[in-house]
Amino acid sequence: MARSQELQVQEKKEVVGKEESTVPSRYFLPNTDIYETDDALTVIMEIPGVGKEDIEVKIEDDVLRVEAKINFANYDGLEPLYTEYNVGHFARSFTLSNKLDQEQVSAHVEDGVLTLALKKAKEALPRRIAIN
Amino acid sequence: MAMLFPDPFDTLQQFQQTLDAFRASSWLGSSPSAAGAYPPLNVFRRGEDVVVITEVPGVRKADIQVQVKGNTIRLSGSKTIDYGEAAALHRRERRAGHFDRAVTVPVEIDADAVKAECRDGVLALYLPRAERDKPKTIAIG
Repeated sequence: MARSQELQVQEKKEVVGKEESTVPSRYFLPNTDIYETDDALTVIMEIPGVGKEDIEVKIEDDVLRVEAKINFANYDGLEPLYTEYNVGHFARSFTLSNKLDQEQVSAHVEDGVLTLALKKAKEALPRRIAIN
Repeated sequence: MAMLFPDPFDTLQQFQQTLDAFRASSWLGSSPSAAGAYPPLNVFRRGEDVVVITEVPGVRKADIQVQVKGNTIRLSGSKTIDYGEAAALHRRERRAGHFDRAVTVPVEIDADAVKAECRDGVLALYLPRAERDKPKTIAIG
């Protein structure tokens, strides 16, 4: 067997919300990895096809909301012949705990992957206690 | 697009519905392809040429190889995810691994003029149609 595994296709999941948006368009959930290190929480989202200018990261009322819009002008003049996946905007929200310092968030995008680093609040950092 | 969209707000919706409608298309058909279905492809037509668009987020340009032979296109490479020395993984939805997919396009393409572009995790292949395969316009006398 091969050492590393074969990639499988992950179907895009659509956002199903209680309210509809005023402009009808389909939003998809970006695949997200969340992991925690000693001093920060890192959120990594896959948003292929979106450039830096079209991403919006908002933190409001302890909710982190990421919205990434696709530029459909790139598809002008192209007629579909065969499709295996749909194309649409991305949106996802997460509720943040108060252990995170909501003022200190850094973000960068590369190859369609958005990485957000949310620093933990000072009170939440692990403290080592010395033993006499 | 050939379809007319009188309402600008409908453009997005229509485009997405069209993409869904073409999912049932058998244009690519059951062609001999190397193992796997990743990455998912969308094939478009621009005039006489074929454009293949695929989403490969997190794959660096150096990690992907595109090969063309005759009418067959092969996309292979690997996607790596680096967690660093993460203390705890709360959620894992992204997948890493290698991929190798070959598809045969049912029109003749000019293998020497194929162009590939990879930006923001989207790989686009421009496959111009071979001159000898282009339809001839017949003048009506």
